[in-house]
Amino acid sequence: MTGQVQPAAAEAAGGDRRIGPVVMEMKNITLRFGGVTAIRDISFDIREGEIRAIIGPNGAGKSSMLNVISGFYRPQEGEVWFRGQRRPRLKPYQVARQGIARTFQNIALFEGMSVLDNIMTGRLTLMRSTILDQALWWGRAEREEVAHREKVEKIIDFLEIQHVRKTPVGRLPYGLKKRVELARALAAEPRILLLDEPMAGMNVEEKEDMCRFVLDVNDEFGTTIVLIEHDMGVVMDLSDRVVVMDYGRKIADGPPAEVRRDQAVIDAYLGVPHDG
Amino acid sequence: MSDQLLFAMEVTLNGLMAGVMYALVALGFVLIFKASGIFNFAQGVMALFAALTLVGFQTGQVPFAHLINAVFGTRIHHFGWSVPTLAAIVATMAVMVLMALLVERLVLKHFVNQAPIILFMATIGLAYFLEGLGDVMWGADIKRLDVGLPQGISETIDGTTFGWFGYGFFIDRLDIVAALVAAALVVSLTLFSQYTRQGRALRAVADDHQAALSVGISLRAIWVLVWSIAGFVALVAGMMWGTKLGVQFSLSLIALKALPVLMLGGFTSIPGAIVGGLIVGVGEKLFEFAVGPMIGGATENWFAYMLALVFLLFRPQGLFGERIIERV
Repeated sequence: MTGQVQPAAAEAAGGDRRIGPVVMEMKNITLRFGGVTAIRDISFDIREGEIRAIIGPNGAGKSSMLNVISGFYRPQEGEVWFRGQRRPRLKPYQVARQGIARTFQNIALFEGMSVLDNIMTGRLTLMRSTILDQALWWGRAEREEVAHREKVEKIIDFLEIQHVRKTPVGRLPYGLKKRVELARALAAEPRILLLDEPMAGMNVEEKEDMCRFVLDVNDEFGTTIVLIEHDMGVVMDLSDRVVVMDYGRKIADGPPAEVRRDQAVIDAYLGVPHDG
Repeated sequence: MSDQLLFAMEVTLNGLMAGVMYALVALGFVLIFKASGIFNFAQGVMALFAALTLVGFQTGQVPFAHLINAVFGTRIHHFGWSVPTLAAIVATMAVMVLMALLVERLVLKHFVNQAPIILFMATIGLAYFLEGLGDVMWGADIKRLDVGLPQGISETIDGTTFGWFGYGFFIDRLDIVAALVAAALVVSLTLFSQYTRQGRALRAVADDHQAALSVGISLRAIWVLVWSIAGFVALVAGMMWGTKLGVQFSLSLIALKALPVLMLGGFTSIPGAIVGGLIVGVGEKLFEFAVGPMIGGATENWFAYMLALVFLLFRPQGLFGERIIERV
């Protein structure tokens, strides 16, 4: 079951997009939970403006890798380089403030808040007015709120969720929640956008929509996107380069067409007996 | 109008006023519970501690005087000055913020991702610690707190109602002030949480920790903020109760009355804390008035708890609490 990508979007993905220099590099990352090694000595890089996919069977360590990038997990070994500098040990919120936004596999939204408020939280790190400004609702606070609201409304338009702007997120269906989560991540105007299985659990139509949004985001804002996906078809259509993981190891890395022919990848997906 | 009815009205009014006082304490509980899922057993003691500190600053008491005297053989108790009320309040608030910082640094930080019951136990410990600290710092004697709040019967209400009904209602002016203060507190807290950046961050943390982290909110900063606000609410409650009953260690027991209030109103709702407080206040006063004489009185001691029990049977989440839905 493949998310069919519109011709125009596919063109954009394959054609004349400007893919820049390396913006982030993972060097020899190893992550253990007690005796279990979730990630074993993996290295790869992410280029500015590209869509980088991480794929692999269940339990391959894809989400763990994303959690390392976003600072939720700390690897025991290895280094993360971001924009030419070695990143020190950071807390997740500090990583977010560096311009790395993310979504979650199981959707982590503020269920009690409206769609609009949820997306506004994405801009918290960009707000500057002090508590005093806000208490008195002086010029700066008001200007700031208005400016941020404008940006948020644009994102709402872009992702076509105008009709649920004021609805509490808890009441939305699954597919829309995924979209709101993407909107919140986008609101931070991230340099790198991490998407953890953005199409998981969606029906064909929703998948197509989401594919289109991911491509549009990349195309219009030039946002670097790292996405985890299960569905091989989706990945092949969307991404510029693919990292394939299996049992915590990297088994392939390259453009989709190349990776698809790789024997190790075929084995991992078809389930050839493993000796590991 | 019959005397009985008039008297019942007066009792109801007084019940509402008493309810506001309970609600003031309950508010602090709700704030912390909403933001961090912790039931802060120390909220009542925080109110006591704030009141003690306020009196201490106001009257120029030397903190830890007994300890210092015991160790060094000195006989100091007072600096010999008195601080203006407003300055003392500001200084007390600074102490409460400092306490919030220390609580985060020394307690909460080490219990991240622990079960709520463990954090609850930690706050019980905190309650005893604060009570002891208050004792050592400021002494155990009952102190009079005067921050310039009006007290005694409100002549205006007495006169007006006498003109209307030929029967003057007795309403304590302090209770009226408390009601106004509580209203102002609720309005400003609501404005803060709805319309400021920090308020939005606070609501975000209350809703989902992981998501909050992912949008760049520092949980620790928010916790300090929440505990500071709870400290502020405790200071207000301490001021009201301290003025009413004197600053004494039994004040920390008023926290217990906040429990039935919360069960009625729901642990997560600020309006719930107010309404719950009013129901408890009116309920216990009316019950004492109507049923009390038949069963020997003193029903105010237990009525609130019984009411909460009945409530638990029919609506365990309280009036305004989040509905408990379990998907199977």
